[in-house]
Amino acid sequence: MIISIASGKGGTGKTLVATSLALSLGKQVQILDCDVEEPNVHILLQPTIVQSKPVCILTPKVDKTKCDYCGECARVCAYNAIAVVKDIVLVFPELCHGCGACSYLCPEKVISEEGREIGVVETGYCGEIDFVQGRLNIGEAMAPPVIREVKQLINKTKTAIIDASPGTSCPVVEAVRDSDFCLLVTEPTPFGFHDLTLAVDMVKALGIPCGVVLNRAGSAYNRVEEYCSEKDIPLLMRIPLDMEIARLYSRGVTLVQGMPEWRDKFLELFHTIEQIVAEHRQVRT
Amino acid sequence: MKEIVVLSGKGGTGKTTIVASFAALAKNKVLCDCDVDAADLHLLLKPKMKETHEFRSGQTAIIDEKLCTSCGLCEEVCRFEAIKDYKPDPTACEGCGFCWRVCPENAITMEENLAGHWYISETKYGPLVHARLGIAQENSGKLVNVVRQNARSIGQKEGLEYIITDGPPGIGCPVISSLSGANLALLVTEPTLSGMHDLERVIGVCRHFGVPALVCINKYDLNEDNTCQIERYCLEQGIEVAAKLPFDNIVTESLINGIPVVEYCRGSIVQQLETLWSKISENKGGG
Repeated sequence: MIISIASGKGGTGKTLVATSLALSLGKQVQILDCDVEEPNVHILLQPTIVQSKPVCILTPKVDKTKCDYCGECARVCAYNAIAVVKDIVLVFPELCHGCGACSYLCPEKVISEEGREIGVVETGYCGEIDFVQGRLNIGEAMAPPVIREVKQLINKTKTAIIDASPGTSCPVVEAVRDSDFCLLVTEPTPFGFHDLTLAVDMVKALGIPCGVVLNRAGSAYNRVEEYCSEKDIPLLMRIPLDMEIARLYSRGVTLVQGMPEWRDKFLELFHTIEQIVAEHRQVRT
Repeated sequence: MKEIVVLSGKGGTGKTTIVASFAALAKNKVLCDCDVDAADLHLLLKPKMKETHEFRSGQTAIIDEKLCTSCGLCEEVCRFEAIKDYKPDPTACEGCGFCWRVCPENAITMEENLAGHWYISETKYGPLVHARLGIAQENSGKLVNVVRQNARSIGQKEGLEYIITDGPPGIGCPVISSLSGANLALLVTEPTLSGMHDLERVIGVCRHFGVPALVCINKYDLNEDNTCQIERYCLEQGIEVAAKLPFDNIVTESLINGIPVVEYCRGSIVQQLETLWSKISENKGGG
């Protein structure tokens, strides 16, 4: 089963929930940090890294001795990553999505592809938890190819927990896609509520069942609860606004390690998710 | 005209709260929300929309089932795993058009995406340019460029002094689009290990694009040891810590009431924000 953790708004507690859920399960579990722009799971779990592999996207390399400057490559490129001006071919690697159309469609077959490193995927372990994280290189724009590489390492025999980045655009879609369940973490503020509604629309577009964790609960603002009951979205857990929890997090201590009584609540959360996923599968078949 | 962009790396450190306060404190400015896939600034600035524009960007492959012979070439060439069982998945398609070009039956067409909307609004604080990326759409970086360009042209036309931009979290495509060519970045962090780790990466991005930066530590009293560490790190990096804001429930209260905190109360946090804005407005870009 693949459970992704997303949020819309940043800083609502995705990583806190992802790490505590993984630790509560303890074994037969894999945690994958798909927030490749700012991966934080490693800070809380302190995993031992055993392997690090570069993520490359294939960019075109034109053999200038054989090119007849017909300009077909520039015409087929949807991203303006290649330009032909008289007898010069310019490649802009940072614009290239690595689709491969230029090299395949070059009439003279003079375009080969070479890998350009945009990030790394690291694998390791933390106790019996398998750990995978992606890391986008500084100055690089494209997170999705790194996320795709991280997700290649999903172990289908285990419970995979995916920590996504904030927002609702392509990196989040890439991280959440193909999950069996998406847990949306939010907070009781107008920002948390507004961004939750965007995140719900996103997971619905992807056809994934979802539930909500309300973090820093306890204020008088109750739009999140009202919205969940209006839309029939299960509110699966409340984590209270508690300075002690915030201080633990600030020191890199997970919730279940700092307050072990939370372990049972996370196990209960997991079992509820299992049930929802089973029901969802039944409905679909 | 000086363009100031507020970033953080880590999400939820207080970018929008701070930008909304600057909106109330600064004179002669245009406001700009570049967090196009989870825009929140409008919730505090209560804009009256004057103009709505469509954002058309990128394309999606469509396969005509009647013409498709299920040869599978499209699926074979697609590197984004966007075609499964001869059906394109619009949320995975990156619009490269490779499948469309190679399909031997001409069964594929490329359709332009309506990828979102952008708006020019009036607020009691001045003009605001903002946007909403469509659900599960890409090209947020391009939408950020559109928003910034429009904020710039409003600023030029009206002879304004500042563009104040609320940036997205992270360090990827929309952050780069928000940052490149700006005059100053204000990096909002918090004294958590995650906040510190993410700050280092966003400082790296500012350096990469040659934009000077100032740092603001929000909720600095949550962990004063970490705050000291951030200050030490910034000193080593030659970056000024321009403000340390205390944790105060009044900030959340002001958000719930939909009012920028500097207009909601008087107190130490408000004074700190006023001092921060005056430091930023006087900064000559030497950061």
